[in-house]
Formats: sequence, structure tokens, C-alpha cells
Amino acid sequence: MPAYELNGKTYEHDEEGYLLDVNQWNEELAAILAKGENLPLTSEHWEVIGFLREYYNEYQIAPAVRVLTKAIAKKFGPDKGNNKYLYELFPYGPGKQACKIAGLPKPTGCI
Amino acid sequence: MADFQIPVLSDEPAEFVPELQPGTMAHLRPFVAKPDHNVPLGFPGELVDDWKDKAIGRMGDLLNRYRSLRVYLDSCVKCGSCADKCHYFLGTNDPKNMPVARQDLLRSVYRRYFTTSGKLFGPLVGARDLTQEVLEEWYTYFHQCSQCRRCSVFCPYGIDTAEISMAARDIMDHVGYGMKYCNEIITKVHKIGNNLGLPGPALQDTLDGLEEDVKDGTGHDVKFPMDVKGAEVLLVTPSADFFAEPHVDGLIGYAKVFHQAGVSWTVSSYASEAGNFGMFIGSYEQMFKISNRIRKAALELGVKRIVFGECGHAWRVAYSFLNTYAGPWDFLDPRYPVPQHILEFTNDLIRNGGIRLDKDANSGMVLTVHDSCNVARASRMGNVPGGQFSVPRDVIRACVPKFVDMHPDTIHDKTFCCGGGGGLLTDDLMELRVKGAKPRMEALKQVIEQQGVTHMAAMCAICKSQFTKVLPYYGMKMDMIVSVHGLVSNAIQLGVNKD
Repeated sequence: MPAYELNGKTYEHDEEGYLLDVNQWNEELAAILAKGENLPLTSEHWEVIGFLREYYNEYQIAPAVRVLTKAIAKKFGPDKGNNKYLYELFPYGPGKQACKIAGLPKPTGCI
Repeated sequence: MADFQIPVLSDEPAEFVPELQPGTMAHLRPFVAKPDHNVPLGFPGELVDDWKDKAIGRMGDLLNRYRSLRVYLDSCVKCGSCADKCHYFLGTNDPKNMPVARQDLLRSVYRRYFTTSGKLFGPLVGARDLTQEVLEEWYTYFHQCSQCRRCSVFCPYGIDTAEISMAARDIMDHVGYGMKYCNEIITKVHKIGNNLGLPGPALQDTLDGLEEDVKDGTGHDVKFPMDVKGAEVLLVTPSADFFAEPHVDGLIGYAKVFHQAGVSWTVSSYASEAGNFGMFIGSYEQMFKISNRIRKAALELGVKRIVFGECGHAWRVAYSFLNTYAGPWDFLDPRYPVPQHILEFTNDLIRNGGIRLDKDANSGMVLTVHDSCNVARASRMGNVPGGQFSVPRDVIRACVPKFVDMHPDTIHDKTFCCGGGGGLLTDDLMELRVKGAKPRMEALKQVIEQQGVTHMAAMCAICKSQFTKVLPYYGMKMDMIVSVHGLVSNAIQLGVNKD
């Protein structure tokens, strides 16, 4: 199984770079994951990543797009609570790219 | 944007036959399923040592089980009618993506082991041994078929490539060589109840949020009920409707229609998926098991009707096979079709005045519609032939100021696949998805330029996700794609005629 290496520790991931164990995630690792996506992380990215982690801990799944936009609007202001803003932050789609950097499993299905 | 060449769109949709580029898609194949995805489905964890004997054995089983498969493998006369009808061929130029060539991948092995002439004369009659190379070719090119059945419309013998493709995938699964995307998803359905892996509490939270949104937006208490016993209707919808855009606008539309019609309804957290990926891998057993989740939920909740949301292959399985797999439905209300499509449900209400729509709510929009392959070529809606074409159009026309159809060779039963059907809606096949969308993109571009079309409505979760993803590759905006019931959601007059 392929793996990321950080500070002498290995972190296994799948074919597309999603972490296999969500509990192994840490912020340093997120930076490596983001680098693989050519995405410099700003405080706005961290806001989204933080919410994804929180939601996953409670529900064992990434939030639906609408749940995410609504929560971001509530927490960080209405100008951030829309799809366009999230796509600007994560051009490959908030659902997949943001999940990957947050260490969540890739959402599957007809999405 | 992409590490492959994006096709250039032609101005003449469906009339351009590409030059052959042999082997141009030989490099592209989906990730192979792992033991975690295979074993729960009863398949070997990985490719078994005696895969060749097992594969031939399984082919024999299928030939005995499905007479149609043998007829399809026997009857091709190489007339060429199908050659330029596949969107993947038109988009990739790879001759192995011609339907006849795809069929021949399996047909050649069938001839070698199951026909007298093939056993005696081998390559002289187009027969070939099953080798590792052939298996790899199967894996590559049977995962470049979306089982959309457009080619079969043009075949004078009615040979159904989809069925051949399904058989090939079933054989590969039985030797431990299935695809990750489909098998991982089916494993999730059995474990959690839907393709997404959305557990009950997350679904409840999502539905509560939608209730709040609609209340904020309209002032009306439109409910999104889950696991409510005694509801009249069980709504079975693709889990993407809970999760993605523009799918969720469709779900909101269904809820508003139920609300306004005064019909109680519920989703089930146990059967929270309409899509049945068992079909994509050609597995009778998986289709059976997934279908029976719906039966179990309907019985437990004591519903009287089953309505399916906007999902193409779900509707094919529901319309064509649900009774065989999970019937009899004698506990449901016999006055209604079992199952019923949400578009039939809404269209009936529009016709009898049960709901009212205001086209001005969608002012400025010029709509066209993408007929989903499985709806168009494998099912029907309403009680007249061709209802699967007229019912969605009637609903759309009732919601928007202007509707136009795309080129006649690309709609109704000649519709092109979106490029992501048949279990290919996965990122590892993005190159195929973008290239396979080319014929639909050409037809869409034509009506945008000539008729001022602003949006394309879709009635399938896969189509919606696929177009949202590939439109930007062709310079078009992802939010051009709307759910049919997203239009209904905008136009429906809540509180009129009641409250």
C-alpha cells in the first residue's frame, strides 16, 4: 500500500492519495496533502478543513454540499456560505478535494 | 486543466465519423477492486490462480442462464450499423470502442470454447484462446462501455452490447477481477444503506437542514420525513439527492410537490438508495439483494405506494425488474403503478390541477433536456408509448417560459449517454468521461448558439454529476445543469388551492 512519510512515520493512502485511517491525520500531514494538490493553504482553507473534521467525527461521513455551505455561512459569515466560494478555495470540488486534505475518505456514489 | 487532449466540438452533431486511432484508449482502466470490496459481495478477494477455467465456467453458466446472451453472441453479421453510434468511440476514435469490436472481445472467446467451428478452426472463424492479454483487454474495454444501449437501437438484429458488457463484468467479478468503484459502492449499500455511505443520523441531520432552508425561503412547513411509519408514499431516491448539487434542488422539488398535493411520504434510512449498481456489474444476485431492501423498508413502514426519484438506472431496474426481484407488491395500493416515477406523479398533478406552477419563477431560462439512457431505452413513464420522453418534457414546459429540443439524432431513443453511466462515474476514468461526453456537448452547444438555450435539465443523478464535472472542460458552466424537479421547486405555488 502506498504511504506518505512524515517525521519518520508512514501514513497509508489509497490509489488517489486519500488517507486510509482518518485518525492518523494531523495538520502537518494536511500541508503535505495540499501540496500534492498544488494548493497553498490559507486560513480560509483551514476553516473548511476544521468543519469537515468536526462533522466527520460526529456523523462518520463528509457533510452534504448544502450542509457545508450553510455551516460555513453560520460560522464564518454569509459571504462565505456558497458553492462558488468553496470552489474557489478547492477548485477540484469541495466534496472531494477538501475531504482529501482533511483526511476524510473519498465520498462515493453518483456524485 | 487536463493531462489529455480535450476533443474539439464539431458544428454537426452526430454526423461526424472520426478517423480511427487504434489503441488510443488502451492505457485507461479503472482501479481494480480490493478484497475489502469483493469478499462481502461473495466474489474472490483477488484474481484467482485458476482464473481461466473459472472464467470459462462462469461464461457457460451465463450462457445457460440467459438465452439472450447466446443469441447476441451468435447473431452479429458485421454489418457496421453500430460502428459509429457509441459516444465513447465518437469521443476517443479508438476502434475497440466500436460496439461490434467490444462485443467481439467476448464473442471470440465464446466461439473458441462454446461453438464447434471455433473449437475446430480457431482463429479462422474469429475464435481465440482466453489469455492474460485477453483478460486485460476485457478489463480495459468493458469498462469503457456505459451500457447505454444506443448501439442496440441501430442494430438490425437488436444485439444488446450492454448485456454483453454486463456478462463480461460478471465473469471478471467471479474470478476476483472486478472494478473498485462499483464494488466498493455495493458493499456500502449492504453495510449502510446507500451508495454514499450516509448513515441514518447524518441523513436525518441533512433532511432537518433542508426543512429549515425551505421554511426560511418560502415560509411554508414543507417536511422531509425519514422512517415515518404509516406514510402513504415511500420515496426511493438516489443518495446523491441528499448530498450533491444540483441534485438536492430536485429533492426539494419532490418534497414541495408532496406537500402541496397533501400526500404523506417518507424516505427510509434502510433503503436510502434508488440506484442499483448490481446492474452495472451484471450481477443478478446483487440486483436482487438491493431491490429487496426496498421491499423490506416498504413492509416495515407500512406504506401504500412506492415512488422513485430522478435516477436513470434505478428507474430501469425499478420499472423492468422490481416485480421479478422483490414482488409481489400485493400489499400496496393497486390504484397506482408499482413503482411510480416522481415525474409521473408530478405530471399527473399538473394535469389535474393538484399543483400550480408559475413559469415566471424561472424567467430568463431557456431549457433543453437530456434524455437519460436508461430512462429512454429501457423503461417508460405514464400510460402511453413514448411517455418516458413526453412526461419529462411536459413537466419542464409547465415550469419554464421556453423549451427547445436538441438535434433529433441525439434525443429520445437516440439519446447519447452523458459519458458517466454504467458505473464509470469515477475520477480514475475522467479522460473517458470527458471524451465520451463529446457528442452530447456538441448537440448542447448547437442549441446554445442557435436557440439561446441557457440550461439543460437532467433526470438522473449520474448525468447531473457527470455534466457538472465535464462541462467546464468544454468551456461551459457547471451550473447550466439543473434537476427537472429543481425547476418544479422554483415554479410551484405553495399554499395555492389549500392551507
